Amino acid sequence: MMKKMSATFSDIMVMTKRNVIRYIRLPQLLVFNAMLNVVLLLLFNYVFGGAIQKGGISYIQYFLPGFLAQTVVFGSTQTSVGIAEDLSKGLIDRFRSLPMARPAFLTGRVIADGIRYALLILLMLGVGAAAGFRFENGLVPVIAAIALVILFGIALTWVGVFIGISVKNQETAQVAGFVWVFPLVFASSLYVPIATMPVWLQHFANVNPVTSMAGTIRALFLGSNLAAGGASLGKYLWQILVWDAGIMLVFIPLSIRRYVQLAK
Amino acid sequence: MVNNLKAKPKQVDCTEDSIIVDGISKRFGKIQALDNVSLNVKEGIVFSLLGPNGSGKTTLIRILTTLLIPDGGNARVGGFDVRKNAASIRPIIGLAGQYPAVDEDLTGKENLEMIGQLYHLGNLKSRIRTGELLEVFELSDAGNRRVKTYSGGMRRRLDLAATLVAEPSILFLDEPTTGLDPRSRFGLWDVISKQTENCKTVFLTTQYLEEADRLADKIAIMENGKIIRIGTPEELKGCCGGETRVKMRLVDHGQTAKAVELLRELGKDQINSISETGDISLPADGGASILSDVVRRLDAGGIQLAELGLAQPTLDDVFLAITGHAAENPANTTLKSKK
Repeated sequence: MMKKMSATFSDIMVMTKRNVIRYIRLPQLLVFNAMLNVVLLLLFNYVFGGAIQKGGISYIQYFLPGFLAQTVVFGSTQTSVGIAEDLSKGLIDRFRSLPMARPAFLTGRVIADGIRYALLILLMLGVGAAAGFRFENGLVPVIAAIALVILFGIALTWVGVFIGISVKNQETAQVAGFVWVFPLVFASSLYVPIATMPVWLQHFANVNPVTSMAGTIRALFLGSNLAAGGASLGKYLWQILVWDAGIMLVFIPLSIRRYVQLAK
Repeated sequence: MVNNLKAKPKQVDCTEDSIIVDGISKRFGKIQALDNVSLNVKEGIVFSLLGPNGSGKTTLIRILTTLLIPDGGNARVGGFDVRKNAASIRPIIGLAGQYPAVDEDLTGKENLEMIGQLYHLGNLKSRIRTGELLEVFELSDAGNRRVKTYSGGMRRRLDLAATLVAEPSILFLDEPTTGLDPRSRFGLWDVISKQTENCKTVFLTTQYLEEADRLADKIAIMENGKIIRIGTPEELKGCCGGETRVKMRLVDHGQTAKAVELLRELGKDQINSISETGDISLPADGGASILSDVVRRLDAGGIQLAELGLAQPTLDDVFLAITGHAAENPANTTLKSKK
């Protein structure tokens, strides 16, 4: 049992290393992805910032915390594309014929993506700081917030893994990602307070995990700044943890099942 | 011509069956890829599945390497059931698929070390095996280069090296030399023929009769998901048109039947013909002198030849001899007779 577990752990690490090496060797994808996020951050700040009412604090203070959640949401769609690409090549047959633990191929990808999110988040915080964002709550809550965003990203990455292994085609995987990502990001408290939306949309936005994630990060970054509407640790922290656990409980087994069923 | 690669010390202690296939069937939609296939492979030999594209060779390899679950029937590999004990089969097999399965963004060395670690050899053993194999496959100089920069032949060699990292007792090679130039092909044959030491088994598929003949101790011929003949290369040559043949093409294919009649008067049976093209072939057991006999006989009958020569038999000759028709595959390159 112990031996099996240590073999599984070793397999996952080997596959993580493979994916990290590929990210380092093919930096274009990471660089353009980072640039896209930087451009979006600056656009939203300077184009909409003046027009959007957000209750007395500067717009960058309001939306940057949620923007980190958006970064990992978008990032998880790339996982679908990467998995679909791997499945389209002969290498997957070799991996499946090896005595490697069944979850290792997918889990290695997810962990490598967690590392990718950490780098993206640090970059976004740097750009945000240059655009005027300031922490108001000390270091420990900031670190906790970053850890929670990465956890959220990892949970969503399992959704991306499931889509990638289900559609098995890179272009389809790309489009399939957009379908669920845009409502998630925009019908939330990320860019505007929920109270400004029509009532039917408020119902969705209130239970949207991006709202919970954005609210949690705001509370951790800005403290009990009541002016920071949509920030409440008591209300949102448990919500996002329940979301993370729920998503992973559903999508990890589904994804691994799909992997095993490649033999059908 | 290369040496007879099968000239190796006989292995008397290898008596077990390493692969037992019992009534395996597999269907993809409307296509019956495998139809009740059964065969036994003794350990310590090279076994070759010979057949055209689409005959089911790859499907059978995928089932034996645990990549695909059969619809019906069963198979045992190294004594383990492919349905129930797939996890016990994986550590003892090595697979080289039809296309090189190596990571282009990693170096050759990184690829082999990764495979070694996934076989759970440990870091040290993985590194040692990697060094050995890069040496054997003449890739030491390229070991630290990304596979992206490798030529097709180098990728094939790395791919084969990857299958040997854990010294598997059963090696599966799916068309290992397809697409290689003759020199690389001979080199690979050399390596493959050395893999049966210590009762290890090699199970390979090929479209080339010549390849099966050179490498295999036993050959199974497949067509449309069925095994149509199993035997040693000698048996197949004897029964099924596997010897050197006289090949000709008529100027007027309408005269095919008449030409066959005339040639039969030379005392030959096993005359194969394709009336649509005017291609005729017959055994050349009388040596080159038969060429002049053929010319004289046909000339007397007023039949003109467009081409005439001696040729090594192709897979198609064997199919014609066994089934009376050409291998059913429009893209089959072996239809062209070798000049």
